[in-house]
Amino acid sequence: MSDDSSASAGMPGPAPDERPHPDGRRNAQGIRIDPEAEAEPDSRTAVVSALVEHEPGVLSRVSGLFSRRQFNIESLTVGPTTVEGHARITLVVEETDPGIDQVEKQLAKLKPVIQVGEIDDDAVQAELVLLKVRGDEPDKVHAITQMYDGQTLDAGPRTITVQITGDQDKIDDAVDAFAQFGIIEIARTGQTALARGDTPTTPGEEPGHDKSPATSSDEATDDQTSTTHEQ
Amino acid sequence: MSERAPPEVTDPDDADSPEAPTAESAEETTAADRTTPETGAESVVTALEQAGAKTLFGVQGGAIMPVYDALYDSALSHVTMAHEQGAAHAADAYGVVSGETGVCLATSGPGATNLVTGIADADMDSDAMLALTGQVPSAMVGSDAFQETDTTGVTAPITKHNYFAGDAETVGDTVGEAFALAAAGRPGPTLVDLPKDTTLDETDREPGPAETPETYSVREEPNSEQVESAARAIERAEKPLLLFGGGVVKGEACEEARNFATEHGIPVTTTMPAIGSFPEDHDLCLSWAGMHGTGYANMAITHTDCLIAIGTRFDDRLTGGVDTFAPEAEVVHVDIDPAEISKNVHADYPVVGDAGTAIEQVDAEMSRSPDTREWAQQCESWQEEYPLTYETPDDEPLKPQFVVEAFDEATEDDTIVTTGVGQHQMWAAQFWTYTEPRTWVSSHGLGTMGYGVPAAIGARLAADDDQQVVCFDGDGSFLMTMQELSVAVRENLDITVAVLNNEYIGMVRQWQDAFFEGRQMAADYQWCPEFDKLAEAFGALGISVDDYDEVADAVEEALNYDGPAVIDFHIDPTENVYPMVASGGANGKFALSEDQL
Ligand SMILES: Cc1ncc(C[n+]2csc(CCOP(=O)(O)OP(=O)(O)O)c2C)c(N)n1
Repeated sequence: MSDDSSASAGMPGPAPDERPHPDGRRNAQGIRIDPEAEAEPDSRTAVVSALVEHEPGVLSRVSGLFSRRQFNIESLTVGPTTVEGHARITLVVEETDPGIDQVEKQLAKLKPVIQVGEIDDDAVQAELVLLKVRGDEPDKVHAITQMYDGQTLDAGPRTITVQITGDQDKIDDAVDAFAQFGIIEIARTGQTALARGDTPTTPGEEPGHDKSPATSSDEATDDQTSTTHEQ
Repeated sequence: MSERAPPEVTDPDDADSPEAPTAESAEETTAADRTTPETGAESVVTALEQAGAKTLFGVQGGAIMPVYDALYDSALSHVTMAHEQGAAHAADAYGVVSGETGVCLATSGPGATNLVTGIADADMDSDAMLALTGQVPSAMVGSDAFQETDTTGVTAPITKHNYFAGDAETVGDTVGEAFALAAAGRPGPTLVDLPKDTTLDETDREPGPAETPETYSVREEPNSEQVESAARAIERAEKPLLLFGGGVVKGEACEEARNFATEHGIPVTTTMPAIGSFPEDHDLCLSWAGMHGTGYANMAITHTDCLIAIGTRFDDRLTGGVDTFAPEAEVVHVDIDPAEISKNVHADYPVVGDAGTAIEQVDAEMSRSPDTREWAQQCESWQEEYPLTYETPDDEPLKPQFVVEAFDEATEDDTIVTTGVGQHQMWAAQFWTYTEPRTWVSSHGLGTMGYGVPAAIGARLAADDDQQVVCFDGDGSFLMTMQELSVAVRENLDITVAVLNNEYIGMVRQWQDAFFEGRQMAADYQWCPEFDKLAEAFGALGISVDDYDEVADAVEEALNYDGPAVIDFHIDPTENVYPMVASGGANGKFALSEDQL
């Protein structure tokens, strides 16, 4: 391939600007776009549920995945299910649609992850918050607690601790309402969720008595956003 | 999986001809006739034998000693490396060349951390590799004991999966599972951390067959609707272009991919890891694309209206800025890993499945070939417009490209090339005509300097006896792992290392010249040792070459030498790699010289 005759510097061929160039373009997600149109999709909040093998290191693998890939996680909760050896991780993520897709697919790749699915907006969602407020006005605190169907867990001369559960809006409102007493400490669990009615929370999820992990690939959704564990 | 015959078993005691198998060594105890394992360590070894491992690369040490002790009675061949990084790269390259899972071993702590670079390298390049690491006894884990490192913690982000094996009863199953998982679906490295008590404890349990875990299911058969849409998109394309990625090689789909291209007359470009998947001397071949890929490949990517990408993860060294990547193209993306679909470049027509199966199904689904005559001609004219060339006036110092070509001419088509990372790597990829898969062994995703020599060792042990192995290295890269020459000498491995010595860490110097106004900070290696003498000190053949007229003889002498040979080629220190797409730039705007950057 050597070209002994060429003595000029550089290689043959026209310079970059003299070559024909198509005028198409893609956006940051690699999607081909109309140059005039909106280029970047908006992000949204999604609740993702993952059924995992309840083994040491699962949570660190999942959280490690999110920090490594720079996914925007709002909250993450985890707890055992009725199937022995399984746990459910519920994640709230704030991402663009392609980002949410990646969250699900990257999660599904992890070996201990059995099923992954995004939960519909109408899913049953709840969070628990513990609030410790100043005890100067116990009656008022009690009234607000009742308003939010909460419970008083501890009441002393100086502090009162209450528990509220509910969806994220309700919790946010409650926190605002308690702010008037001066919140001393707060602990929120982050949201957890289940799909409504007969719909399984993750695709193909079996009812609780089955001890073997659900692996049936025929139940897998077939498009590229397949969220069962396939790769 | 590879069709090649398995490499022959080495008798570690036969130092004179370690490659020559002896009848007894091959006949020694194997899993089949050995009594059931008695310790966790024996179970580990039995599991490796059952899984089909043949050659292991590693370094001894306190926490891994029980496993080595069990190897004493095994027919598995073990190569002691000079450094654990070398063990990981050798195992990786062994896997790349053989198509099997390469295995490396290290002790806890520093042994394990020395493997990390090699594991990360295998992870980025999706190479099937199993790393076994010793660990302090379970009771001491967490106490900052001597040589304790949280190995599973350290390697979690760079492995496909890793295991802390806490039980002698199940450790064999775990090792078998890790071995199988490494190769399943999209390959990658796995690791099993072996606390010393696990390997010392007694067990009489025979490990089961090496199987992937139940939670890991791979979609081999693509979905028929996806296949159909992809076929329609290709049929209607006017300027279709095939882009083969490393997945075509790893998925053993080269034949299907080649047939598809030739049957439909679609031009082919490859990524660097896929070099050799399509013969570079074929009319339809545009060679590899990306930062230092050919001008014609990058022109084709820029102008194609249908990019059929198979088994690639669209690395930024390939795409440049995604906003300017294949801007006109509908993208068909075939991949076995669904997470690669639309990760970097949006796939208009995704096909999730095994590469070979997917190609065959898309092919069967197509009722006609696209009319590519005009487009193929256009691609051909780009080949004439942007040939890969370099200048060789007599009075100039030796050009590295000439050296690469001299080796290419002097060797057979199935010769295996390994490289370090830098300019020499690019020249080795550009000026050698690859025609066979698994003959190009390099560090792509991680870009690890020092990959070349240990990779040549791994490649040599996986290759057929009559296949040659040539390593192109830079002076900087060579210095990082050249201690592995001691291994090549001890094992009498027939490899040739061509150091393209520019007394610079040249690729850095090229970037400093282009992007940092020539401020050559820390790029100078003029204190390089004399590599030929260094080779001799190791017991290898050493040759030094300064001029064009010495090249052919030196190449011949080194290739004919039965054992490791090193040629120190003193090349033009100012030579640069072109074409070049500026990092994050548009593929079609590759520079042909520095003033175009
Ligand atoms: C382990 C490692 N450290 C640093 C780098 C950054 N780097 C990339 S190329 C390069 C120069 C390589 O020099 P050399 O091996 O002499 O090859 P040349 O470019 O001169 O052919 C360096 C330092 C790297 N890729 N890997």
